[in-house]
Amino acid sequence: MRYEAPDSLDGVVALLAEANGDARVLAGGTDLLVQMRADVVDPELIVDIKKIAETRAVVEEAGGFRIGAAVTGAELKENAGLKGVWPGVVEAANLIGSTQVQGRATLGGNLCNGSPAADSVPALIAAGAVASVVGPAGRREIPVEDVMIGPRQLSLARGEIIASFVLPPRPKRSGDAYLRFIPRTEMDIAVAGAGVNLTIDAGGVITAARVSLAAVAAKVLLVPEAARAIIGSRLDPPAQERLAAAARAACRPIDDKRGTVEFRIEVAGVLARRAALIALDRARNR
Amino acid sequence: MPDTVSIPGDLVQTSVGTRTVRPDGVDKVTGRARFGADLNLPGQLVGRVLRSPHAHARIVSIDTSRAEELPGVKAVVTREDFPDQSSEFIPAGEMMINYKDMVRNVLAREKVLYEGHAVAAVAATSVAIAKRALKLIDVTYEVLPHVIDVVDAMRPDAPLLHDDLYTAGVEPKPAAPSNVAKRIEIAQGDIEAGFAKADVVVEREFKTAPVHQGYIEPHATVASVSEDGTAEVWCTTQGHFIVRAHCARLLGMDIGKVRVTSSEIGGGFGGKTVVYLEPLAVALSKKAKRPVKMVMSREEVFKSSGPTSGATVKVKMGVTKDGRFVAAFAELKYQAGAFQGSPVQPGVMCAFAPYDIENVKVIGYDVVSNRPKVAAYRAPGAPISEFAVESVVDELARNLDIDPVELRLQNAAREGTKAAYGPKFGPIGLVDTLHAVEKTNHYTTPLGEWQGRGVASGFWFNIGGETCASLTVNEDGTVSLMAGTPDIGGLRASLAMVAADELGVPYDKVRPIIGDTGSLGFTFLTGGSRSTFSGTLAVVDAARQIKADLCRRAAKLWDVPVDQVEFENGHVKPIGAAAAKAKPMTVADMAKVAGKTGGPIGGYGRINAQGAGPSFGTHLVDVEVDPETGRVTILRYTVAQDAGKAIHPSYVEGQFQGGAAQGIGWALNEEYIYGPDGTLQNAGFLDYRMPVASDLPMIDAIIVEVPNPRHPYGVRGIGETPIVPPMAAIANAIERATGIRFTELPMSPPRVLKALRERALAKA
Amino acid sequence: MAKHHITATVNGDEVEYLCETQDTLLDVLRDTLNLTGSKEGCSSGDCGACSITLDGRLVCSCLVLGCEVGGRRIETIEGMATGETLHPLQQKFLEHAALQCGICTPGFLVAARALLEKDSNPTETEVRYWLAGNLCRCTGYDKIIKAVMSAAADMRRA
Repeated sequence: MRYEAPDSLDGVVALLAEANGDARVLAGGTDLLVQMRADVVDPELIVDIKKIAETRAVVEEAGGFRIGAAVTGAELKENAGLKGVWPGVVEAANLIGSTQVQGRATLGGNLCNGSPAADSVPALIAAGAVASVVGPAGRREIPVEDVMIGPRQLSLARGEIIASFVLPPRPKRSGDAYLRFIPRTEMDIAVAGAGVNLTIDAGGVITAARVSLAAVAAKVLLVPEAARAIIGSRLDPPAQERLAAAARAACRPIDDKRGTVEFRIEVAGVLARRAALIALDRARNR
Repeated sequence: MPDTVSIPGDLVQTSVGTRTVRPDGVDKVTGRARFGADLNLPGQLVGRVLRSPHAHARIVSIDTSRAEELPGVKAVVTREDFPDQSSEFIPAGEMMINYKDMVRNVLAREKVLYEGHAVAAVAATSVAIAKRALKLIDVTYEVLPHVIDVVDAMRPDAPLLHDDLYTAGVEPKPAAPSNVAKRIEIAQGDIEAGFAKADVVVEREFKTAPVHQGYIEPHATVASVSEDGTAEVWCTTQGHFIVRAHCARLLGMDIGKVRVTSSEIGGGFGGKTVVYLEPLAVALSKKAKRPVKMVMSREEVFKSSGPTSGATVKVKMGVTKDGRFVAAFAELKYQAGAFQGSPVQPGVMCAFAPYDIENVKVIGYDVVSNRPKVAAYRAPGAPISEFAVESVVDELARNLDIDPVELRLQNAAREGTKAAYGPKFGPIGLVDTLHAVEKTNHYTTPLGEWQGRGVASGFWFNIGGETCASLTVNEDGTVSLMAGTPDIGGLRASLAMVAADELGVPYDKVRPIIGDTGSLGFTFLTGGSRSTFSGTLAVVDAARQIKADLCRRAAKLWDVPVDQVEFENGHVKPIGAAAAKAKPMTVADMAKVAGKTGGPIGGYGRINAQGAGPSFGTHLVDVEVDPETGRVTILRYTVAQDAGKAIHPSYVEGQFQGGAAQGIGWALNEEYIYGPDGTLQNAGFLDYRMPVASDLPMIDAIIVEVPNPRHPYGVRGIGETPIVPPMAAIANAIERATGIRFTELPMSPPRVLKALRERALAKA
Repeated sequence: MAKHHITATVNGDEVEYLCETQDTLLDVLRDTLNLTGSKEGCSSGDCGACSITLDGRLVCSCLVLGCEVGGRRIETIEGMATGETLHPLQQKFLEHAALQCGICTPGFLVAARALLEKDSNPTETEVRYWLAGNLCRCTGYDKIIKAVMSAAADMRRA
């Protein structure tokens, strides 16, 4: 098993292009190392992307933020600027595993692990984040909701990696939030999750919204119907109920060791409503 | 500062009852302490186990030739390397095991009986080679239908695990084999007559999930067998003398040629009372003539080491209008795992033990199914049956509109109560624990919406057994203490405190260690809440030998009759006519002149400890239920339990708190989840959800002390009782928060939410 | 493929070692450097018994490759005491009986130290959430949390 840690994206792309067997990108390693230890994967090549400037930086750019794919959750939490503008994204990243895991786990890894229950992904999708992808054919930008196409399946071509994420400029009076349900208070994989990002006008009416759901389908979902259910409202109780109903209607979950179909659908609606209320509260205060 | 308390005889307690720093503490906070996986020997090989991917299959053939040919592979063992054993039951903690089954659990013979069942083991020069070797072992299986659930396994058409298993305890002997290994029954009085007298009868059926002990340290061992056939084994275990016995038996070795050293043990809770890796490591080392180290992965721990039983339990109790229990019936069906020997017997005996009931009948079934063989887990069997009983008691209290503590007080077992399982209780502390929780501010603090308060009591017998301990007074008066039961949570501190007080030396002058099997006589394992009870008795025995010897030596030294010398307060002193002839001497003074008075000074306690005192506890818990998600949050928790005498109060509290936390996990989230193919779906800490720090509140611990009259300090075992009440206490609290009685564990969010929604639909 | 030759700083000492790509930092610490104070409870980042700090950041050493840490600064439980003086957390764990079997103790201590270096005055809730990745099966966490709170109070006074 080879290990390489190039200091440029070109270097990563070249290594991945010439790899013979299974090549894996190492960011935080909190999924990859577990899979290697359990003999689920046995790569021929590991390419560590943490020595590259773009993957490790958070920079303000064009009124928004560019977040390196290999920035850890703990580092995001310590970035007061980012946390002030996108609290939901930062909180979601910090729901992944323990304090120890947050010291390693990254947004890029969380997305590329290809789990429908990834906590940071719904928050990024709700935020309207775009993945900046680099590969043999150069760089392209993909909305985060289009990166994952199914469990462990990505729309990235062979040899492509995510270098960074771009969070768009933030209108005034905007707020985001992500909530997930787990049986314990920490350490579990989401049984259901909901991300909400919204903007209100001076009168408190929601003018724009994005709603995403985790762990209720084969991939993390963007649910425009749920957003429509609250746009134009002040998130009064009927709007909350419409939101919950639209969220539930979008769910296509499975029964497994973490939860039942019935439970996931029900709770997804509850979480969407609760996340929207937090997002609204944040929007009022910004 | 500790009080100085005189106790009868020649003792002054300055250590016992205080919160000393444990002797092994510094090594454990600095990373120096050596646990099972922390030893490496020169020339050591890596051992790995090939495990069954199937829940149930016949082994048609095992071909190890390709693995043996792989360079770096030094030994391969299979069923061929272990002679078959006759059917013979022997005690294992509070449970019984059979060597015929043990040899089959260590390595499968005719069939694999659960996913993860060991089939072969290899020793190689590296992990990578050992892993490759496992892939080169060709096992041909004939896959058989499997059965997981206990009720399914009892059906006449269920897949049969053992075609020679006929239900014991039924007359006449059944004509056909089945998965029901045993039926047991205890009874007193006449339950039909009793129920006829009842004004209120509640009957409920309960279901509990198998749960794992969840020790953080995986099983680990290093074995080294030399050319002359002597074996050294290092392992993490609750009983190294038991490991020695099992290895010698399974491999046909002399017990005296096997020396087992127990490492520091990273949790056991009953799960390290049996052998898995040790016989394999010895067999591999015997073949390879090099040390072999084996460590389980976490997945192996879950799939291949014993959880406790899941069960189906029916309970029916009758009570008069004024709150007197008049009849009680229970039927318990316990999973044994792949081989017979569930803890249904103690489950039957404990079920109604907290109560004085005239008419009782309990029936139990021990049932095999395609799961790992259960191992002991903290009060084996009792949490299951008492969960059911304590839930029904709460429901009776609700129906009668009596306070649940008051109803228990009205029926509580007291000194002189005859327990349905046989004995008359001596002094016991159940009533005291009920009064203790009643007096807390916790019991009367108002609750909010969706909050509820539950109470439940629990009982465990506790045991004694064969125990050795030695005390040596060194040349400078310091004391070396050696005990034979592994120290799993502060034993060395307790033993050193008792030795210090017995000999009148400062606590920090006593250095306790756990001796290996070559250093002491047979000592039964750490289990049954016995190690402090039995160990302190052995230490007292050894200390009293020393004191008598010192008196004889002093008499000789002073040239006075021995009856004019006594030991008091750490001194030998002349009394009576001899009083004027000499000055008292301390133990250290006597140590300095040991050479002149007969040589080294020491005592050796060798006892079969009798008179273990049962321990009762009562738990009080507040919960809050999230009506939209079904999540249950533990808001507040209080444990009151009778310790007899707390030698080290902090470690007694720690047992109460730890047992409660395990019970909270059992109540809310922990369970073995099987797929339709009979494979375990959650074999890791990610999805086997033990409580984490943020799940729990502080756990208040109230130590009640009703001394055990059969121990010089009044000690009772305390380690197991704390896991008995939590499941019912929480179920009772949830019932008070929601109005819904939950009868199936775990009371996980999907289950709670489903019940809440069904009720809402029914109302609508 | 030849082994990786790595130089790193462990508990203030420069160390050199050889490792395979798949060897975790925990493997290296325990098997190559004989620093067995970091424990292996799960190898999946779920128990925290292998907690260390890497350039001051709390991580599970089972989730780091040995070949990744060249030039970096690693602190393990073995480096926590100074000479004969225990760290206040170590002392408080002893005084509060915050350990029973002791297997999780090194991980808790390393994790708690990382918390108190960041925040000298955490609430009980903050301590509980920070330590949620450290499993203890013996204590119910009560005495661990009390020991950490007590050490924090003492360290603030010092």
